[in-house]
Amino acid sequence: MMIKPPASNGKTRRVRKAGLVVFCLGLLLGVLALSLPGLDSGIAHAAELADTGADTATYQPAPKLTAADYPTIKGVNSRIAVWLAAQLHLWFAAFVLAVPIFVFIIEAIGMGTRDKRYDNMAYEFIKVSITAYSFTAILGGLLTFLLVLFYPHLFQYMSSIFKESMFYYALLFFLESATLYLYYYGWHWLQGGFRKWVHLSLGLLLNAVGTLLMFLANAWVTFMMSPAGVDPAGVFSGDAWAAIHNFLWNPINIHRVIANIAYGGSIVGAYAAFKFLSARKSEQRAHYDWMGYNANFIAISALLPLPFAGYYLTAEIYAYSQQMGITLMGGVFAWLFIIQAVLIGTLFLSANYYLWCGMGRSDGAVRYHKYIKYLAIVIVGAFLVWFTPHTLVLTNEELKALGGPYHKYLGPLGIMPAKNTAVNIMILFTTLSFIFYRRANKVATVSWASAGNAIQIALFTAGILNIFFLGVYHGYFTNTVYKVAASIPQVLTTLTIIVTSTAIDAFMYRGAKQVAPLHWGRVSDRSQYALFLLAVAFTWLMGLMGYIRSGIRQHWHVTNVFRDASPDAFTPGLGYAANVVSVGTILFMAMVIFVFWIADVSSRKTAADAYWKTPPA
Amino acid sequence: MKIPRLLQAVGVIVGIYAGFVLVFDYLLGQVIPSSLLSMYMFFVIAGVFMVYTFTEESARELVAPIKALVEDPSKKRIRNVVFILIPLLVAGFTYQRMSPSFEAPVELRSIHPAPPATVKAYGKRYDLATLKNPFRKYEKAKPEKFRELVREGGDIYIQNCQYCHGDKLDGRGPYAAGLNPTPLNFQDVGTIAQLQESFLFWRIATGGPGLPKEAAPWISSMPVWQDFLTEEEIWKVILFLYDYTGRRPRSWEHE
Repeated sequence: MMIKPPASNGKTRRVRKAGLVVFCLGLLLGVLALSLPGLDSGIAHAAELADTGADTATYQPAPKLTAADYPTIKGVNSRIAVWLAAQLHLWFAAFVLAVPIFVFIIEAIGMGTRDKRYDNMAYEFIKVSITAYSFTAILGGLLTFLLVLFYPHLFQYMSSIFKESMFYYALLFFLESATLYLYYYGWHWLQGGFRKWVHLSLGLLLNAVGTLLMFLANAWVTFMMSPAGVDPAGVFSGDAWAAIHNFLWNPINIHRVIANIAYGGSIVGAYAAFKFLSARKSEQRAHYDWMGYNANFIAISALLPLPFAGYYLTAEIYAYSQQMGITLMGGVFAWLFIIQAVLIGTLFLSANYYLWCGMGRSDGAVRYHKYIKYLAIVIVGAFLVWFTPHTLVLTNEELKALGGPYHKYLGPLGIMPAKNTAVNIMILFTTLSFIFYRRANKVATVSWASAGNAIQIALFTAGILNIFFLGVYHGYFTNTVYKVAASIPQVLTTLTIIVTSTAIDAFMYRGAKQVAPLHWGRVSDRSQYALFLLAVAFTWLMGLMGYIRSGIRQHWHVTNVFRDASPDAFTPGLGYAANVVSVGTILFMAMVIFVFWIADVSSRKTAADAYWKTPPA
Repeated sequence: MKIPRLLQAVGVIVGIYAGFVLVFDYLLGQVIPSSLLSMYMFFVIAGVFMVYTFTEESARELVAPIKALVEDPSKKRIRNVVFILIPLLVAGFTYQRMSPSFEAPVELRSIHPAPPATVKAYGKRYDLATLKNPFRKYEKAKPEKFRELVREGGDIYIQNCQYCHGDKLDGRGPYAAGLNPTPLNFQDVGTIAQLQESFLFWRIATGGPGLPKEAAPWISSMPVWQDFLTEEEIWKVILFLYDYTGRRPRSWEHE
């Protein structure tokens, strides 16, 4: 077990100073935004209205702009600058909002089990996120600067509607920073008894504030997609809650909370892999192997319900606007969805591979090796269905041979019922991988072990049949209402199997006999690269899907209300967009490696005794 | 005799590839597109290597012949052959991919173009988010009238649409072979069953020239039917399309 010494005083001061600088920067930005000459009417005017209680008629409609209304800086592409700043800010924000969620849970587990290892691990997780927190704030400031510089009228319009939430967002950021620093720096101070409870409560507060911050920012983003509280000309009704609580706000909130946890887990998993691969001592390898396993567990636990949250969001987008829905999955962005499907499948493959490799930690796992190939066949098979496109890319010869662009057998795999069935099967077999992994070093000793196994087999069999029935019958032989609705019982079937079989397993293996000890650290380097792959695939995926979410507005700043008249109002080609996202991913991963390295540097010490004068006796 | 793991892995991959070709191209009579087959095989290969490398022992056995080929002095002759063959294969593959051909480039065509928020037809502007088939209400309220409307829709279809879309609505009308892309197959689960009736109204009324500029260049020989049919006739044809195929239009309401 490695217990890391707390950060040195020098570093402490540096991080504090950085936090202060970042906050002042944010405050300065706010002041600057209010006093910019181009922004004289909107914000100040809106504030005035609030004071006088003016009625809705006094709000201005969305401006009708021309290309000349967008400031430019020679040599800078404003869209790419905003795009990258927003994306990098979001990646870091997702990471730093997620880490406190599972740090809180791990700390609570540590308190419940009184196992100090959990407390140490939670501390190490939060330590990684501290530098990332500064990056989040800096990039948030940069994004605001860029928006004010390049899209002043949009910023003015948005801030005239969201002035209150933007103001409270800034204040909440104070509270978030204060709570985070207290939570991190007070970790070793607030130990034992009542103090530990105070510390845990701080963690809860940190999460509450962080989630609220994200929900507020989500409101601005979703307002641009599905505006509410404004008339068709964009005149604000004055009801700020209506604008916040727009059609897509909650679907995005749910999706982002779950995705953030999965993402945060994958990034700290990559950190553990980084430390594992660079560790020189076997106890270090053991520690970081254990840490990587826990991080992967968190990532996978959140990944399992994520496709459902994504499907809910997409169904709501479709319900909000047929145009957006078709643009998203049937039109110009459809091929990015195929890349998305490939990346999601990659996440599942790498997560499973990590679990299979992890079985090597115990010699008892040999019993389960023969099943792995069957798991792989089903998971890869489901994956192939999952990414089969609706519109096939056909050569002229193939087109002639098929007699048209429709494939009798592959065509039906291109629509959502097939995808939903496939992803549920993938999730169930990933759960099976996990069950095998958990059983690797143990043998159940309870008298009802064979009955328990039989129940689990029956549960999986019945559940899989039900998922197939729902997918095939409702997906292909009923109308779209039932087709979309059938995904809910499919999800519930999957969740029921996961919860019930995990519960049965937990009881069955209570007091189980250990057949071979678990050797932490005895795992291949390949498995650690699978953890890296998980983090990179997540990052890339978020970038691509984030672009699609934003891009389906097409030539609108605010859908159907505020037209984008800038020279960049066109929807970029798929290759171009993928390149921008890929560059963003590389930049982010480079910054993350820096975060990992800096967390490592804080514990290094160089002996330079000869450099210093000997203190007088 | 135990087959070396590397040979096993290669055998499995080749077997799966042959299986795809055999099943789709020969048994089912519907070729598997090469683009899709490449994607499938990439992940099949990944899956096979995952299975063969998840234990240390198996991973070592898998790479042992490759290691021996590179490191074992007794394998010098075969090493030289392999080291010449591999670059030659790569060069041949690259040449084949890069050499110009008379084949038209493949197209990334989407089945459903994204509809605009509003559409102009018959001198009016329609909001596609709220536009409904005015005759759909008769399906429950006046079934006899509804049957009559469907029959009229069928007549209009046979007089105007079947030449391309086919008398079985399967996209194989007498003129279909002369068109590229071929006309839409309404029997396919991925076409009208996925769409709201307002989408069909837009596509029929404004035809190829009414396709959105955002996703240009579109190629479609669909006529602008608002020039030939009345608004009511279009709605009747839409009733017929769903009735004949047994599909239901996309909607958000339970029945």
